[in-house]
Amino acid sequence: MIMAVSETDSASARVRPKERFDFFHDERVRSIFYQLLTAGTVGWLAWYLITNTAHNLEVRGMNTGFGFLTATAGFDTDFKLIEYEPGIGTYRRIFFIGVLNTLLISALAIVASTILGFFVGILRLSSNWLVARLALAFVEIIRNTPLLMQIIFWYVAVFSILPRVKNSIDLSGGAEVLFLNNRGLYSASPVPGDLFWMTITAFVAAVIGVFFLSRWAHKRQDLTGRRFPTFTASVALLALVPGMVYLVTGSPLDWDIPTLQGFNFKGGFSLPPSFLALLVALTFYHAAHLAEAVRAGILSVDPGQNDAALSIGLKQNRVLVLVIIPQAMRAIVPPMISLWMNVVKNSSLAIAIGYSDVVALFMQTALNQAGYAVEMVGMTMAFYMTISLSISGILNIYNKRVQLVER
Amino acid sequence: MKITTLFASVTAVAAMTFAGATAASAASTLEIVKERGFLRCQVGTPGPGFYNLDSNGDWYGSDVSICQAVAAAIFGSKDKLEIQSVSSQVRFTALANGESDMLSRTATWTLLRDTQLGLDFTAVNFYDGQGFMVPKDSGITSALDLKGATVCVLTGTTTELNLADFSRANNLDISPVTFEDMNIRNDTYLQGGCDAQTNDKSGLASNKASFPNPDDHIILPETISKEPLAPAVRQGDAQWFDIVKWTVYVLINAEENGITQANVEDMRANATSPSVRRMLGAEGNLHEGLGLSKDWAYNIIKAVGNYGEIYEAYMGGGELGIGIGRAGSSNDLWTRGGLMYSPPFR
Repeated sequence: MIMAVSETDSASARVRPKERFDFFHDERVRSIFYQLLTAGTVGWLAWYLITNTAHNLEVRGMNTGFGFLTATAGFDTDFKLIEYEPGIGTYRRIFFIGVLNTLLISALAIVASTILGFFVGILRLSSNWLVARLALAFVEIIRNTPLLMQIIFWYVAVFSILPRVKNSIDLSGGAEVLFLNNRGLYSASPVPGDLFWMTITAFVAAVIGVFFLSRWAHKRQDLTGRRFPTFTASVALLALVPGMVYLVTGSPLDWDIPTLQGFNFKGGFSLPPSFLALLVALTFYHAAHLAEAVRAGILSVDPGQNDAALSIGLKQNRVLVLVIIPQAMRAIVPPMISLWMNVVKNSSLAIAIGYSDVVALFMQTALNQAGYAVEMVGMTMAFYMTISLSISGILNIYNKRVQLVER
Repeated sequence: MKITTLFASVTAVAAMTFAGATAASAASTLEIVKERGFLRCQVGTPGPGFYNLDSNGDWYGSDVSICQAVAAAIFGSKDKLEIQSVSSQVRFTALANGESDMLSRTATWTLLRDTQLGLDFTAVNFYDGQGFMVPKDSGITSALDLKGATVCVLTGTTTELNLADFSRANNLDISPVTFEDMNIRNDTYLQGGCDAQTNDKSGLASNKASFPNPDDHIILPETISKEPLAPAVRQGDAQWFDIVKWTVYVLINAEENGITQANVEDMRANATSPSVRRMLGAEGNLHEGLGLSKDWAYNIIKAVGNYGEIYEAYMGGGELGIGIGRAGSSNDLWTRGGLMYSPPFR
């Protein structure tokens, strides 16, 4: 716009050197006028919608405001990451339980679907006919059926027909610390003793050590060409240092073992079947989509890059990791951003199988108990928008870095 | 299921945002309904008992009968009616918004709802109460045996709250598993994913009837809550409130006085009891206070029958009924020890 203005100006200046400033026909004035008009209209519309809603709620005698957040909620939920007691916990706490549950399932599904998606995407391009076809079948079956159907499938046809509580499968092979049944997955959970912080400190120190070790190894390889067995050394460092500290401080860690008491397993840590079904469904669904993005990204890299990398003596798997994938990332990241956002938004389908995410818990149960529909829907929308914009913001920064690599 | 209710709730909020400020204008609901030519009445998603669809796609059920009764009271015909099926999540907002004229949808009358949602409950047409259903072979005989149990519950109702209250009051540490979809909840329960399921007893009975082997399940004796179900109307229109309330009372009073769908014509012409004559419009001017025609009560009974007939047909042992016994229960007439009681027609 500015370019166009200055061009016209300089052009007309040459033809008519003494042009008068005409307020009504000046392009800059007009542009400012239209922008003010647009801003004014949008502002007026927003003001109208807000006051109209408030007015309508008042006319209908419906309560408004966020005072309900500090009122106590009387209902309970089966899956919560923070302390909550019905009758003591507030609606605000209910909101946070829902938010945390949504974030937990989304984060796990994002990590798992990204790993699986890259894996399947690469397999799609495998020269092994059978492997490539299997990957193709996975992608096409998952990608071409509705997600809600898949969620219900995993819940009803897989996790619900697992053995009942009394016939639980012992996944730990007789050690009785990890059980699977149709009420979920029950695992022993660690109970740290007094001196366990020392083990954690040692572990953190080992991680920092590994970081510096790999930097040093890289530098040395760049300078001298000699390679250092970084992987083996890192594993040894990570296992031995905290392990030694743990043993020296007298093994200060107990396990809370799940045991069958009455109707259910008590103790330990448990995940309900709705969580497992939703996690598997979200992971598979988005992995299938990501696999296609990964495949497209890899195919977008010039085959000459592959040949060139092979010709300097790199092995095929190193070529993929060091040459192809980094260049493919610039085509993969943009669709990946929207996929990650979709994971978060699609997790709201949890409601179909009874997982207590923010929509099920807050916009459904709490809304029905308290009845503040406008406020609650607004809060839930604000939450999803915040998360989606954060994901897209962070990945955009990463995307810029990836794009810089391009030549 | 989920998509529809989510959509509906967003629609309800949107309607609140965009609706013209004049929506709740001065015209009375009765005038609006008369001018429109038919009544808009909200019921729930179809299921045996309160509201269900027959093979022709027509609604029937005890709560549907209330809608039909109000339509008959106004228009003399039960067919001048538009039934809207709404989820429990959006029902109150949709009513407050003016999308319908009344709600006849197994809504429990509670103080909070009565005072804070912009609506008024009229007269109780079914006394329900929350209970538990368990598989017979579980050996459970009392709700107090459910210590540490997992219980399936439907979301968006008072049942979740009652379950938590009952668990706290009796220190039972019950873990609720909350569902939006009744079919998935039933599936989970039948697969043993829950030790019990809880709902209003009428809902449990209707559910049990739909199971492959109904006799393998029992409804526990405890009733853990009071669930007076009553039609509701928007706040602020006293005349409309009276019309819906007294429509329910006509049904109850008709049964008390032995007036049925079959004999109502004869009763109007030949009854000697002054109270029957006043109700049916054979004498007096009771209808004037409601703004309805003289034969409003006659039309109601002619269209849907009396309370006992409706109960027998849909809740009791009738062909379409769900087999909840009435004798001696709260839903029996006050003259037989129940709670169904109509104020006098005079």
